[in-house]
Amino acid sequence: MNVVVPFEGIGASVRRKEDLRFLSGRGQYTDDINRPGQTHAVILRSPHAHAEIKGIDIAAAKAMPGVLAIFTGADMAAENIGGLPCGWQIHSKDGSPMAEPPHPVLAVGKVRHVGDPVAVVIAETKQQARDAAEAIAVEYAVLPAAATMEQALAPGAPQIHEGAPGNLCYDWHIGDRAAQEAAFARAHKVITFETTNNRLVPNAMEPRSAIGEYDSTSGDYTLFTTSQNPHVIRLLMGAFVLHIPEARLRVVAPDVGGGFGSKIYHYAEEAIVTWAAGKVKRPIKWTADRTESFMSDAHGRDHITKAELAVDAQGKILGLKVHTHANMGAYLSTFAPCVPTYLYATLLAGVYTTPVIYAEVKAVFTNTVPVDAYRGAGRPEATYLLERLMDVAAKELGLDRVEFRRKNFIPPDAFPYQTPVALQYDSGNYHATLDACLEAADWKGFEARRAAAAKGKLRGIGISTYLEACGIAPSAVVGSLGARAGLYEVGTIRVHPTGSVTVLTGAHSHGQGHETTFAQLVADRLGVPVAQVDVVHGDTAKVPFGMGTYGSRSLAVGGSAMVKAMDKIIAKGKRIAAHLMEASVEDVEFDRGIFRVAGTDKSKTLADISLAAYVPHNYPIEELEPGLEETAFYDPKNFTYPGGCHVAEVEIDPETGKVEVVNFTAVDDVGRVINPMIVEGQVQGGVAQGIGQALLENAIYDQQGQLLSGSLMDYSMPRADDLPPVGVATHTTLCTHNPLGVKGCGEVGAIGSPPAVMNAVVDALRDYGVRHIEMPATPAKIWNIIHGGRRMAAE
Amino acid sequence: MPQVTLTVNGTKHTVEVEARTLLVELLREKLRLTGTHVGCDTSQCGACVVHMGGDSIKSCTILAVQCEGAEVTTIEGLAKPDGTLHPMQEAFREYHALQCGFCTPGMVMSAIDLVNKHPQGLTEQEIREGLEGNICRCTGYHNIVKAIAAAADVMHGKRSELARAAE
Amino acid sequence: MYDFTYHKPSSVADAVKLLAADPDARPISGGMTLLPALKLRLNKPSAVVDLSGIAELRGIRREGSTIVIGAMTKHYEVATSPEIKSAIPALAAMAATIGDTQVRNRGTMGGSVANNDPSADYPAALLALGGTIQTDKRKISADDFFQGVFATALEMGELVTAIHIPVPEKAGYAKMRNPASRYSMAGVFVAKGPHGVRVAANGAGANGSFRVKEMEAALAANWSPEAVAGIKLDPFLMNGDIHGSAEYRAHLVTVMAKRAVAEAG
Repeated sequence: MNVVVPFEGIGASVRRKEDLRFLSGRGQYTDDINRPGQTHAVILRSPHAHAEIKGIDIAAAKAMPGVLAIFTGADMAAENIGGLPCGWQIHSKDGSPMAEPPHPVLAVGKVRHVGDPVAVVIAETKQQARDAAEAIAVEYAVLPAAATMEQALAPGAPQIHEGAPGNLCYDWHIGDRAAQEAAFARAHKVITFETTNNRLVPNAMEPRSAIGEYDSTSGDYTLFTTSQNPHVIRLLMGAFVLHIPEARLRVVAPDVGGGFGSKIYHYAEEAIVTWAAGKVKRPIKWTADRTESFMSDAHGRDHITKAELAVDAQGKILGLKVHTHANMGAYLSTFAPCVPTYLYATLLAGVYTTPVIYAEVKAVFTNTVPVDAYRGAGRPEATYLLERLMDVAAKELGLDRVEFRRKNFIPPDAFPYQTPVALQYDSGNYHATLDACLEAADWKGFEARRAAAAKGKLRGIGISTYLEACGIAPSAVVGSLGARAGLYEVGTIRVHPTGSVTVLTGAHSHGQGHETTFAQLVADRLGVPVAQVDVVHGDTAKVPFGMGTYGSRSLAVGGSAMVKAMDKIIAKGKRIAAHLMEASVEDVEFDRGIFRVAGTDKSKTLADISLAAYVPHNYPIEELEPGLEETAFYDPKNFTYPGGCHVAEVEIDPETGKVEVVNFTAVDDVGRVINPMIVEGQVQGGVAQGIGQALLENAIYDQQGQLLSGSLMDYSMPRADDLPPVGVATHTTLCTHNPLGVKGCGEVGAIGSPPAVMNAVVDALRDYGVRHIEMPATPAKIWNIIHGGRRMAAE
Repeated sequence: MPQVTLTVNGTKHTVEVEARTLLVELLREKLRLTGTHVGCDTSQCGACVVHMGGDSIKSCTILAVQCEGAEVTTIEGLAKPDGTLHPMQEAFREYHALQCGFCTPGMVMSAIDLVNKHPQGLTEQEIREGLEGNICRCTGYHNIVKAIAAAADVMHGKRSELARAAE
Repeated sequence: MYDFTYHKPSSVADAVKLLAADPDARPISGGMTLLPALKLRLNKPSAVVDLSGIAELRGIRREGSTIVIGAMTKHYEVATSPEIKSAIPALAAMAATIGDTQVRNRGTMGGSVANNDPSADYPAALLALGGTIQTDKRKISADDFFQGVFATALEMGELVTAIHIPVPEKAGYAKMRNPASRYSMAGVFVAKGPHGVRVAANGAGANGSFRVKEMEAALAANWSPEAVAGIKLDPFLMNGDIHGSAEYRAHLVTVMAKRAVAEAG
């Protein structure tokens, strides 16, 4: 019989295993879960950006129908509940540790941003809890707010935290200042550039949700939560906030509807429902509405930067100096301090041979929602700065922007390449991705398209050649840089008696398609069909341990852990096979599910071996334990370095200022591609968020700290008709230090695309003498520039 | 408490609800049909789209009591009883038109209404404009647009099955 | 949402009676504006009177040179009605751009007119077309009916029952959408009809939808996009916010007027 087995291994666009349940409405997101006896929590939040809490009167609210309990910060303080911890410590230039003010779960004494949680009401229904929350009387003494970094750093600014004088969190630097100054002294020209990286709201479509549960017979707590990393939440919440031992605390992150970074962090609501469940002895569900998401999910980006680029007479870059202010918001979110430092300034070499770099970063507290990692995290800010600066510099030097980039590229034979800002790139070929992208985007044909542009439309083209560091990361390295956690990953391969496989992974899928991609790794290495591989993630009770999914690390780190575990399975399997086939272990070969004795026709399938392992009648029991399950921890030696080239082509309607992206082409090097269909989807999604940042999205606070763009009515989310088709291709150089050769693809789209779009917008306005336009390039802003108003433009 | 009788996915239900109960709350909390999602509170995102009398509507912006006697179809009611997917569901899977899956039920319900109301076919631009009421944060819509175009061909009998999207 | 009592009368008379009996009762038609407001607890009606069971509020018909549209007619029905498409294609085309598909499948013309949201599409259309709003008590010309931001000539408990629109010789509409909400940032409806040339704008005005008399005069003399291209509106009368300044909106009105005239042909 001739059975055609579809190829499902590495490189196949296998259709996703998870899709059937999502497409049938059978996904299980946190808010879809209902526990017996479940109650509902509503959180009363501060309407003020900065105020003293003079008193909270809960008497009337407590008497309302259905109300079971009301708690405030005082109740938690009385039980010695800890504040929300920060997972990364940065040291300032002078060696002093960053200011790390307390972050109470429920506000104590003071509120510091609109949305700061003040009290929680637990009631039989959500509506009852909301009715009661409105009846809580909080007396505030409103204080002046520092809503922007300028306000926060001004002399006499309102002091947000006692322990952070001048609202400064840290004043950090990296690089060799003396070398930078020397390089600038011999420069032919120094190009200066200032820019703001606009503040974004991640807006995963699933609002955050949490269900806390307590079993009084066992003393066990369970938290269901919308998290990208349930083990990290268990560690942070158990050890630092609620003081619950790991063995008594289970954290489940079921299907999660997008994260983009915003669901990495340990949030107050998780601790509130878990702790309060122990009080009311019933499960408690909290689900954010979108308005609440805007004022409680960590925001992203929000940098103000001044940069100077020194160039010699031949157009070679001699040095780069960068001074950045980064907004932390009102409190330090879990990974906030590392975003504008080690995920930003270390990327300032980009794809260029810049020999010296000096960067200073001041992190600032403001009366706004905390800011933390959002898709790309630091790397989009660095890339945007560099790639806009490259265009500005090329123009001022009278050089072609593509040739200027090419001239400064790290050549393909220079790897491993040590940058002046700590990172060592292992592989890449920037000329190849550039050439492929220029070809795919028909860069040469642009002038003809420009001439033929629709009547009256201004057409422009822009490029970005970028690199990112991801697959984070080596524990020893991040530990030396201030991380308070390791950044390895854990994988378990459980081969069942009849040969099907369960994979347990510490990575978490919230859109990335891990159930498929990871199954493909097993299909490829163990020869087990994808349909017979089950991938389990997101439950601390099932998966031994894990650090979760962020920083494009799932495949590079989590996938590598699986490979290591599979190699242990193969090694053990060979010993069992050698016993069964009466051969020496050295003579047993394994390839895609078949163990063979070299040079003979003797073979056993993986299923034969696993059956023998679980039914060890004929088994080397003296040397080997029964069973076929292996766990591996993988801690990488280095970051991975995806990179590539993005080209955007835009048309501007000069009458309305509306920018339309008419073509977008991405050629990315993400290392080895496991599932091309999923990779393309990840890039397209990232590009959509990048175009959103460039043209639409902006979180705007007024001077009093009220978020003006606090709903989807005012925060512009990209919709289908805002976006072009996105052409995606890959050009692979392999990562040299992980077993799969993979680099990561989750963030490249959001990192490479904003400068490509903005370079195209500036190009389209070439006849208007525009040097720079700040993101987002809204119609009103573009119209102002075209019509000479320039009030909103940064010039 | 008011009572409402409606047919959901072919099954008639009589449910007691507060007057302020939204259709989506009735579906998710009373009937436990949790495939219909809530992604915003300003009627913008479209995660809650269902069909009522064949039209796509946002179930977060209609009271349950307004649905007296109505025929409602949710994502759970699209596949045939034997599990055969609707061509739109099939196309979304084939073209990788979903990632996290949260917007997907609403997106699929909107897409079916869009195709049904354009028997003459749809251009790419018409599909993009027709999705104005649905926000997806994951996919960039690229593959959603391709999936809808492919499903439209099948639904209108121009093709009997979906072509492979990516080779 | 706060709870309330729900009524579903089957006649206008019953609806009016219910509303008259309770000053805190609110009528609901499509609910596209009322329900989002109730969800955010911006509004606390004691009762909601659902007009969807009233047959006499439905239907589109032509009466001589007038199109009569029942108040409970949905945007989708306006957009696809053969009568409207043949008599006032610009109105059908405009209805096809209101909100999104799901809004058009629920939202009604009467509800939109009675609400008079400054960013809604219909008020400018009715001002430009010289429409008349029929209520349970009287007929009110659009000019008299729309009285500023969310303000109309309706008295407490008075219901819009139908809209009468004289068939124009030609009409056109163009708008620029708010990039976030997708409501109109500035939209202009132009019409040449039995009431002469009329131009009205939505989205931009600080005081809601308004007629643009300078443009009407210019177009009466010379029906062409060029006739309005040079007319600049006073930004002082416009609305500014994070999406665009008053100057920008003033400018957009001129651009959209040009495009609407071109659209009208």
